[in-house]
Amino acid sequence: MVGREEVLRAAKTALAACRADQAEVVVMVNDAYLTRFAENCIHQNVGESNATVNVRAVLGKKIGVSSTNDLSDKALRRTAERAVAIARLQREDPAFVSLPGPEPIPNLPKEITTVREYEPEERAERVAKVIAAAKKAGVRAAGSLSTGGLGLAVVNSLGIEGYTSTTSINFTTVVMSETSSGYADWGGRDLSELDVEALGQVAVKKCLDSRAPRAIEPGEYEVILEAPAVADILSTLGYLGLSALAVQEGRSFMNGRFGEKVAGDNIDLWDDGLDPAGMPIPFDFEGVPKRRVDFITGGVAKGVVWDSHTANREPGKHSTGHALPAPNVYGPLPINLFLGAGRASAEDLLASTRRGILVTRFHYTNPIHPTKTIFTGMTRDGTFLVEDGRVTAAVKNLRFTEAITRALANVDLIGRERRFQSGFFGGAVVPALKVKAFNFTGVTEF
Amino acid sequence: MPELQELVLDAVRRRGASYGDVRFTERKDETVRVKNGSVEAVTAMESAGFGVRVLFDGAWGFCASSKATEEEAVRVAEEAVAIARASAGKRQEAAELAPVKPVRDTYRTPVRKDPFQVKLEDRIAHLVEAERLLHAGGPIRVGEAEVSVRRERKRFYSTEGSAIDQEITQAGGGMSATAIGNGEMQRRGYPNAHRGHFASRGWEFIEEMDLAGHAERVGREAFELLSARQCPSGRSDIILDGRQLALQIHESCGHPVELDRALGTEASLAGTSFLTPDKLGAFQYGSPEVNIVADATIEGGLGTFGYDDEGVPARRTMVIDHGRFVSYLTSRETAAKFGQESNGTMRADGWSRQPIIRMTNINLLPGDWDLDELIRDTKEGLYLEINRSWSIDDKRLNFQFGTEVGWEIKDGALGAMVKNPTYTGITPEFWNSCDAVADGRSWNLWGTPNCGKGEPGQVARVGHGAAPARFRNVRVGVGRW
Repeated sequence: MVGREEVLRAAKTALAACRADQAEVVVMVNDAYLTRFAENCIHQNVGESNATVNVRAVLGKKIGVSSTNDLSDKALRRTAERAVAIARLQREDPAFVSLPGPEPIPNLPKEITTVREYEPEERAERVAKVIAAAKKAGVRAAGSLSTGGLGLAVVNSLGIEGYTSTTSINFTTVVMSETSSGYADWGGRDLSELDVEALGQVAVKKCLDSRAPRAIEPGEYEVILEAPAVADILSTLGYLGLSALAVQEGRSFMNGRFGEKVAGDNIDLWDDGLDPAGMPIPFDFEGVPKRRVDFITGGVAKGVVWDSHTANREPGKHSTGHALPAPNVYGPLPINLFLGAGRASAEDLLASTRRGILVTRFHYTNPIHPTKTIFTGMTRDGTFLVEDGRVTAAVKNLRFTEAITRALANVDLIGRERRFQSGFFGGAVVPALKVKAFNFTGVTEF
Repeated sequence: MPELQELVLDAVRRRGASYGDVRFTERKDETVRVKNGSVEAVTAMESAGFGVRVLFDGAWGFCASSKATEEEAVRVAEEAVAIARASAGKRQEAAELAPVKPVRDTYRTPVRKDPFQVKLEDRIAHLVEAERLLHAGGPIRVGEAEVSVRRERKRFYSTEGSAIDQEITQAGGGMSATAIGNGEMQRRGYPNAHRGHFASRGWEFIEEMDLAGHAERVGREAFELLSARQCPSGRSDIILDGRQLALQIHESCGHPVELDRALGTEASLAGTSFLTPDKLGAFQYGSPEVNIVADATIEGGLGTFGYDDEGVPARRTMVIDHGRFVSYLTSRETAAKFGQESNGTMRADGWSRQPIIRMTNINLLPGDWDLDELIRDTKEGLYLEINRSWSIDDKRLNFQFGTEVGWEIKDGALGAMVKNPTYTGITPEFWNSCDAVADGRSWNLWGTPNCGKGEPGQVARVGHGAAPARFRNVRVGVGRW
């Protein structure tokens, strides 16, 4: 992968060529490899080297953005000049005040910033172990194993200069029989920590246990949501409602409710871009250091994430280090979510359930109504009926239609183990949840 | 000095690959976005690079790079073979390719007004005026308008002798108004939701949309939705407008007829398909009113091109014939498993991705109902317009969709507006409940710029032609409100 010196050199070359009142250059380089398997064989094996340069030029209150993936000096200069030319044609953004100025950037431990490279054989060997476990059980494995290095530099004309790098590894598998499927995943930074055999066993067991599912009537059930299901709905909630832009535009469920209860007493939800339990990154795409933001503490709505643009619109507000690359029309986003752990073991979650559904994960979750937090989605890859504290049957997959804030007000037990679930440029560290009442509105045929 | 493609193909052959291709892609995007009177974003993006795909001992390898130098061309070619070699021992059956005639050809999207030649300040002015008028219809909290244009040049070369040079030009955009009040948030879009409407055409397409001419109505309807009645719950006959039907076709027909899904190779991410190979040719997917084609040849479609990314010529394929499932979307590899030729649906998202099976323009053919007559023929029901939310299971059976707005139908006439409409069903039951499709006068080819699939993720641009159609006895108004 292109290294630190070359990345910073490219960023500074573009910055120097950007003749504007203020300027910002973001350079991202990545080498990404992915081995994909299905039907117990590898069917896709790909690699990619890329670089993206994003230049933001500011003339007064006029802003232009231009990007390229060519790191030659000529292309860097052309991209910077084009950003300035666009800014000239732009109209003023009355809300724009300034790009952010420099602040001390936290140092991440070396084990986080090390870029590790792996050979295709190393991925293939691990995938082969999952396939072997599936074959032995008479079922079929699908999934992917990706390894990649990322370098990110942000420089601006006010003196920001940040560089970071990391390795990102993701493994998922879906193991299938004629009537069922099971799932396991893992995300991390070091391939030697991936216990592919254990994960394969989890997915195979779920697949075997969920064979010949029966249909049950949709309705309101107690529900145990395993970590992938929890991360799925919380990430959607974060995207929709936990940003300052959503609040400023009146489309967040938090609007008018700061300081009020929006979830149960036992719910603590926050973002922490520096916690090594997640996928840390020391600064955002404006070069502002990451700050922890508490969204919900003891069930009470506390705050949202900010970037410089949303912060400059309101007196006394500061960026929390959650900007995306310019021009960021989505506003700041939480990309390192954490949900507070509880004390319950997996057995406790089961034991507390009189008649409920155990959900491995959700599929195709989508908001129906953002301000009411009503989402719909399907269960997938291991859905079970729990009766009197134990799993009694596999059930056909169910569709939920539920207000997520209502679900978060009905959590009666929280798992003590938390898992990292990969997401967009980060992920979520979450436990399993037991929810007293969760609304299923439909059932499918498998 | 040999050309880069010759260096790549020579290296691929030298390393023992039985097949190889290289695709050089240069993509240029320009976007203007206006929000609440401010020009929120003006961007110009360029991305260029090349991807090398090889078959070694029956296993695929793919490697891509943004550095188009001689040294890198050879490195990437050799890496692609090394990657394939690592997979070769872990495959079940060797990939074989259905034959395709090598061609040397060029293709260019027909464009009347080159969108890149329209001055940026004119594009900005066009949007600022439309967005301003959104607010004329009522107190809108957020007004947004966007126009974006793309040009992609793709040069494809294979060890079989193909050399294809294509230039695809696309334009699109739209606007939306969001109203907030009474504990409600409602949005109306034009001409469609989710970034609007796109086509493989020039700036003339943007002008024909007439954003400014529709803005006031769109803003007014968003505001009116705040105080509209909640969509009733229960069972109802519904008429879906062409835009919602485009999304319905996309999710419940376009994806399940992708043969890679049906064969399980997308299982871990997007899922598989209820349309398993045993159903091909025999399964009654829908009623006899339902005729669906995959057509990459139709002029202006967002999924229209000259050749796919395996060098297979664009074509029109019947997928659902009078309700019967008759064909998948295929690639050279998957078609070979059925002893067929590819029907040309392999496309990659830019230079850095390996081609996968993608929808082209998946079109519901027009029926013979005049739309007014269709509404008059419906005693009681709902007319549902423009998608707002979408969800479907991983075999594409159980779906639930929400639309921006609904209109009650009473005694054959459109009546009151309803808010937060949703409907749900099981795919073949739903399509078999279709008893009427409107005729060509209300048929339009809609463009969807954001279809996600694959690992690593890829976004495809696809088209869906549809006219409004009626479905009987559908469950509507799902959930607690």
